[in-house]
Amino acid sequence: MSENTIAAISTAQGQGGIGIIRISGNDAIEVADKIFVSVSGKPLSSMEGYRASYGKAVEEGEMLDEVVAILYRSPRSFTGEDVVEICCHGGLYITRRVLRAVLNNGAVLAEPGEFTKRAFLNGKMDLSEAQAVMDIISAQSRQAARAAVSTRTGALRKRIEDIKSDLVSLAGHLCAWADFPEEDIPEVTDSAIAETLNRAKGKIEKLLNEYEAGQAILHGVDTVIAGRPNVGKSTLMNLLSGFDKSIVTEIPGTTRDVVEETVIVGDVTLRLCDTAGIRDTDNPVEKIGVDRTKERLSSCSLVLAVFDSSQELTDEDIKLIDSLEDIPSIAIINKTDLERKLDINIISKKINHIVYISAISGDGKQELVDAIAEVSGTKDFDPCAGILSGERQRSAAQSALDCVTDAKNTLDAGYSFDAVTVCVEDAIDALLQLTGENVSDAVVDDVFHSFCVGK
Amino acid sequence: MQTYQAGKYDVAVIGAGHAGIEAALASARLGCKTAIFTINMDAVGNCPCNPSIGGTAKGHLVREIDALGGEMGKTADESFLQMRMLNRGKGPAVHSLRGQIDRLKYASIMKHKLELQNNLELRQAEITDINRTDNADYPWELTTQMGAVFSFKKVIIATGTYLGGRIFVGEVSYEGGPDGTFAATRFGQSLRDLGLSIRRFKTGTPARVLRSSIDFSELDVQCGDEPPEPFSFETDELGDNKVVCHISWTNENTKKIILDNIHRSPLYGGMIEGIGPRYCPSLEDKIMRFADKERHQLFIEPCGENTEEMYLQGMSSSLPEEVQLKFYHTIKGLENAVVMRPAYAIEYDCVDPLSLDATLQFKDFCGLYGAGQFNGSSGYEEAAAQGLVAGINAALSVKGEEPLILERSGSYIGTLIDDLITKGANEPYRMMTSRSEYRLVLRQDNADKRLTPIGRKIGLVTDERWARFLKKQEEIKNELYRVQHTVLSPTDELNDILVSCETSKVTTGVSLADLLRRPQISYKDLTPVDKDRPDLHRSVFEQVEIEVKYAGYIKKQLDRVEQMHRMQERELPSDIDYKDITGLRLEAQEKLNKIKPRNIAQASRISGVSPADVSVLIIWLTRNGRKGGEQ
Repeated sequence: MSENTIAAISTAQGQGGIGIIRISGNDAIEVADKIFVSVSGKPLSSMEGYRASYGKAVEEGEMLDEVVAILYRSPRSFTGEDVVEICCHGGLYITRRVLRAVLNNGAVLAEPGEFTKRAFLNGKMDLSEAQAVMDIISAQSRQAARAAVSTRTGALRKRIEDIKSDLVSLAGHLCAWADFPEEDIPEVTDSAIAETLNRAKGKIEKLLNEYEAGQAILHGVDTVIAGRPNVGKSTLMNLLSGFDKSIVTEIPGTTRDVVEETVIVGDVTLRLCDTAGIRDTDNPVEKIGVDRTKERLSSCSLVLAVFDSSQELTDEDIKLIDSLEDIPSIAIINKTDLERKLDINIISKKINHIVYISAISGDGKQELVDAIAEVSGTKDFDPCAGILSGERQRSAAQSALDCVTDAKNTLDAGYSFDAVTVCVEDAIDALLQLTGENVSDAVVDDVFHSFCVGK
Repeated sequence: MQTYQAGKYDVAVIGAGHAGIEAALASARLGCKTAIFTINMDAVGNCPCNPSIGGTAKGHLVREIDALGGEMGKTADESFLQMRMLNRGKGPAVHSLRGQIDRLKYASIMKHKLELQNNLELRQAEITDINRTDNADYPWELTTQMGAVFSFKKVIIATGTYLGGRIFVGEVSYEGGPDGTFAATRFGQSLRDLGLSIRRFKTGTPARVLRSSIDFSELDVQCGDEPPEPFSFETDELGDNKVVCHISWTNENTKKIILDNIHRSPLYGGMIEGIGPRYCPSLEDKIMRFADKERHQLFIEPCGENTEEMYLQGMSSSLPEEVQLKFYHTIKGLENAVVMRPAYAIEYDCVDPLSLDATLQFKDFCGLYGAGQFNGSSGYEEAAAQGLVAGINAALSVKGEEPLILERSGSYIGTLIDDLITKGANEPYRMMTSRSEYRLVLRQDNADKRLTPIGRKIGLVTDERWARFLKKQEEIKNELYRVQHTVLSPTDELNDILVSCETSKVTTGVSLADLLRRPQISYKDLTPVDKDRPDLHRSVFEQVEIEVKYAGYIKKQLDRVEQMHRMQERELPSDIDYKDITGLRLEAQEKLNKIKPRNIAQASRISGVSPADVSVLIIWLTRNGRKGGEQ
């Protein structure tokens, strides 16, 4: 399986303080020794695991960089194989040059996700942990990184184990009761089953809700800035992102297209898109922008609806307010630095969260940050509690929830317990798929499909 | 010893218990010249433990044996005393038929069937030696204690508890088979010399007491079903139940006597090395393991119509006879019980079933098969099921035909064999409904639908039976169509029925199927409003009602079957050396090399093979471009 020794740059590609080239496989140490010369003169092959050695990276007599080589001996490494990590100076040129030297000396370039795949295949982590590693890499903020770390160490596994063991003991009791009808096994009552199912249901629902919050943290929230032209959408976007992105002018309809920007607001990553206003227009170019805005509104997870405090609400504003009734949204009353003419009651009837700001001066920004945390569910989010990560885990949890709900409905409808048991066992199966204890090839393919190079 | 050549046969069956009987009948019926050996001609088809056939999950096995063309179900019907469908209130997946039988009648009917069977010779002989020969046509030789040497193409070992049998009653211990027979004392060594890994299991049986010494006056009565349901799909009606059973309970005094004497139990005293069945524990086991439980239930069952022996189900023991007498007398109804045969434990030789393949042939010994307790199972029905499969496969192999491998998703028999050869048996293996992940599909009522076509293909289903089967399936199909397409008007009569069944009224026309889908409504409830109902056997209505009512749940299970089939399609070549696949953990390599699973699905069921190992196998298979049938 792991006949090749693989290598890749495992730090972010770009400018950085240091860059790390990771080598893993049976020949990792031999390959590293070919390009690494330690100051002490001792080759890596003579060293114990968990040792670092200072020296230089050299190829064909040419010194490439000053480096530190860290040695991990199998099985005590990330992948479970012999691993050498060469830490050199950051920057595209140096890291790529060192990697090339490693590849020239017997390693092959790692495929996407191959390090983690090997770690998984060598029994170093289960599937849910493997998925978490992927999230560590792509985590975009500190809290996201913390959440991913706690899954890696098994917090999620413990939570699922807790739900699973409850269901397993219910299924076990139902089976024993059926298999040993004359052994005087206590009867399973409807209410006891209902209680267990409700408990499991609550716990899985909590996992799924937290997943949504977790998604907001890990991958960001699709956010639309909406409002009629010239209420200050572009200024707001600039305020959030910290630099000019949209073209801000006094002429209505300047923003003709959907502009995207990823910003970190508090703990939440927002994938913002500033939109053209919703207005009746004959200008064909502007009309395309308006259509895109409408499309975005119906598919996004959060709407920041911007209103101009200094003007009365127009028909267009009312139209926007009405369309937001079922969408998580925050009404932003902009231009508080000017005299207020707008009737706030009309907005507050439909939209729960209202924030007053001046996008130009920056007043009210903190209130906006708090409101976003509240609406995206990340306010009380505990990053260490162990959350689902990735669509695979979410859909497994969702199908476990569906099965538990089925079981409850089956019980309530008055079906016999064997039908209830079928649903309970399906739920257990879904949870086993979630943790990777039950494996199907589709799951394996799916998980490794989305890994990036280097981890 | 002077030996003589006694003849050449296609198939030998060693042992004429429940496994051996089915093996020999199947082999002979498939046209193979077959010899079956019993150590005692009067012990053929003996039921040395309970006088009953079936029970939870075991009832499923009996129906499946019958559906494939085996004999156990029919003989149980012919010797039945009382029938009960267990778990009636718990849903169709776990309905299980159990029949009290007349054990002597059962045995004599079975023996007679063997005697009458074409191609089959029943002989009393103790087999002492087995040898492999250089003769490619007849590679196996069996020698009897009289010096007769028989030659065979295939040999099926179904020695039950006779092989190396040793009886324990308290401090008393001696070589012996069940019910006072001789043990087979020399054959075990011959098997060891051949290279089989033999180990010791134990089981036990309770006492038989004299009917007239039991006071039934204050005991609960357990009656049979009316009408009693037969096992066999070929039996129309059984007639009336002939006996009742009784229920009593142990108490604090029983417990005290057992605890005071526990040191005299050979099991707790360390005399027995064999491992007993957790699922069928002795009374002292129950008391030691469940110390909090104040009382344990026991059933008093008649052993037959022409005997006064009564079987005490739930009271198996290996305590000394005097201790047994003392504790029996503490139990209500048994205060003056006269013990005709004491309870005993028996220890015997068996093999590790991991050395067998799915046809029940030894992986390392071509032409040698195992069945029943010899393979590490427990129970008459488990034995018969394996005997049938081993017999069929030995015969198919003689005829050069494709082997029969029953799937776990298609039968309890398939599940039983897959469990034995994949997970092994650390204790005598008993069938339970919870062993199957496809319970709602593998019901006892549809065993014929699942397996009779397979039995027909093999050649064990007669033309008459086949015609009967096709007719029933046709009737089910037509009736299913009828209930789906018959719409009832929302009359007062209908709504009165619905209300009396505690379900909601209807306001528009509703199909019979929609009504039957309601858990509260049965066929019987709808009789007054279902005017055009055809006159069909109750088993047809039963099938239709379950198919309609549980359609959604059956579909869920079929989805799982489908999922498993996808893993099953990824076949693993039998010539892989798993040590060559790096990435597999050492334990997994060893287990896989020992078990040699046929496909990924089976590999994933091996304990010690982790999901990560399974992924390695999947990736290895994908890389090597071998996907079974698609090669």
